[in-house]
Amino acid sequence: MTREEVFAGVNEVFRDIFDDEEITVGETTTADDIEDWDSLEHINLIVAIEKKFGMKFTMGEATGMKNVGAMVDIILERV
Amino acid sequence: MKCLEYPFAGEELLRRKKRIKKELLADGSVRISKKIAILGGSTTNDIRLMLELFLLHYGIAPEFYESEYNQYYEEAMFPGAELLAFAPDVIYIHTSCHNIMAFPQLTDTPEQIEAMLQAEYGRYCGMWEALAQRFGCIVIQNNFEYPAYRLLGSMDASDRHGKVNFVTRLNCLFYDYAGTHENFYIHDINYLSAAYGLERWADSFSWHMYKYCCNVSAIPDFAFSLAKIIKALYGKNKKGYVLDLDNTLWGGIVGDDGPENIEVGQETSMGQVYQAFQAYLKEQKQLGVLLNIDSKNEYENAMAGLEHPGGVLKKDDFIVVKANWEPKDKNLTDIAAELNLLPESLVFVDDNPAERAIVSAQVPGVAAPEIGTVENYIRVLDRCGYFEATGISADDLKRNAMYRENAQRTALQASFADYGAYLRSLLMKAEIRPFAPAWLARIAQLTNKSNQFNLTTKRYSQAEIAAVAADPAYLTLYGKLEDRFGDNGVVSVVIGRQEGDALFLDLWIMSCRVLKRDMECAMMDALAQRAGARGIRTIYGFYYPTAKNKMVRDFYGERGFSKVSQDTAGNTKWELSLAAYRPQNTVIQVEEEI
Repeated sequence: MTREEVFAGVNEVFRDIFDDEEITVGETTTADDIEDWDSLEHINLIVAIEKKFGMKFTMGEATGMKNVGAMVDIILERV
Repeated sequence: MKCLEYPFAGEELLRRKKRIKKELLADGSVRISKKIAILGGSTTNDIRLMLELFLLHYGIAPEFYESEYNQYYEEAMFPGAELLAFAPDVIYIHTSCHNIMAFPQLTDTPEQIEAMLQAEYGRYCGMWEALAQRFGCIVIQNNFEYPAYRLLGSMDASDRHGKVNFVTRLNCLFYDYAGTHENFYIHDINYLSAAYGLERWADSFSWHMYKYCCNVSAIPDFAFSLAKIIKALYGKNKKGYVLDLDNTLWGGIVGDDGPENIEVGQETSMGQVYQAFQAYLKEQKQLGVLLNIDSKNEYENAMAGLEHPGGVLKKDDFIVVKANWEPKDKNLTDIAAELNLLPESLVFVDDNPAERAIVSAQVPGVAAPEIGTVENYIRVLDRCGYFEATGISADDLKRNAMYRENAQRTALQASFADYGAYLRSLLMKAEIRPFAPAWLARIAQLTNKSNQFNLTTKRYSQAEIAAVAADPAYLTLYGKLEDRFGDNGVVSVVIGRQEGDALFLDLWIMSCRVLKRDMECAMMDALAQRAGARGIRTIYGFYYPTAKNKMVRDFYGERGFSKVSQDTAGNTKWELSLAAYRPQNTVIQVEEEI
């Protein structure tokens, strides 16, 4: 799976979770860039992305990811 | 909405919950509003959001109050102004094993452990009593799931020092309380977590990251389980099954294979699994679930199949049998009409996905679950929770008998040319009296279940019914009806509020099981007589239209009221002067009060 494909999949999950078709996430997107992205939605994102890519984040990763690019790095290691 | 029917894709629901909510709110369905206060011992955010979806799906529009994180005890004992003003219909206490203050230590003596158990129980009991006193509303309390680890291994269950043992005994104390208190219900997360898989349930990631007491992926199952109790309490349970025969109640096609060759019974494993399914349905029948047949078969063949010695269900277990070549959706609506039920209160069970698709497309609101193959029937139907029990009334246990008696009445009616003569032949006797303690539960149940013969569709909790019964400003009546075929129990309820010499009818309902028996005339006579005795000169009735109560649109007109006003929504107000009242009932003997 290419980095672009992973981004496309991640983007799809973001659009569902925040019910916003306008969202386009990039390497440097953080919670500050998306209004509804609070800690309670974060867990839904994690769960939905795990399901989407058939992988699991460790707790350290889930708490330590700096931006969407870092999330995609981890996904690429696992799939 | 299909995606919210069991078996559902929980993770999809979590991911698409915002969109699903929008779609539910835009579907134009009429819903009852309920205020639900969630007092949490752990994070409740997604539980509330999922619960909302399932309740909307069940026809309930919830408004929520959510306590601050882990403030369940403080909120229950010392509710803030916001919760007091919220005036909840339901208080849900979301606690789990994580909220147990202290577990036994290995060095504790039996007396110390007993004291700990009582202290823990006492804390909860104190909350429930305080809530009952202050709010008088429904309280739903989680029991406890098993802990995530067992220090003593298997002995954790049997030794008093074990956490499993402690949780088990605490749960039993909760059940005893539930068994002796009204308006109090246990949400069984112990079973739920076991069914989900305790190892996946007790997800330390979800707990330590977000303080969810269960795996986030389990939240849809959690909310569904909770929603089932709430919808049951508000009369949204289904009332019966409409069952296919071939490959649903037995293996094979009775018309082709011959009744001796269908598979049901102990002889083969296939026969056993169908027999087990029949036995499951028979158990549900005891609970008051109505069993009916909708099968494409010659009637004689269907009956021959039911005579199979390996079958658990016999002809007499069913109320309405439609074995013919009509479309199944037509049979289903005919069955509903014969039972005086709405088609949406029935569950269609058929192994054939095409038949399920046709029935769900043709009959809006009917449930046609994806039951899978025969070895899955029981699991799927049981989890669907169409008949979730929140109390087992004598009425539930007798329901099948009552519907059978109704079928006998219909047969009798056919032999009378004159309907009045038929009614007189039933030898009906009624008891019509003010609300009495023995009937409060049934009265509250009726106010929540009656949709068709219901003038105002006002719902009452049992506590509210008790309050109305105790308030001298109210004139209350319940009506019980029996006849030569049996006792129908409490079937009608009227609530009027007196202001000076006027009486305003807040509620008038009747069970559809006694339609066209003139019970409403007997109730009207009793109302007029008791109102007169209280010095009332005028009775005012109100009709508020809903999607379901068209049958009583002109009810007050038929009782001799005149229409006073009508607004654009179709709400009507009616007036009856008691001065010229003439009794209306001629066929029911009303027992004098003792």
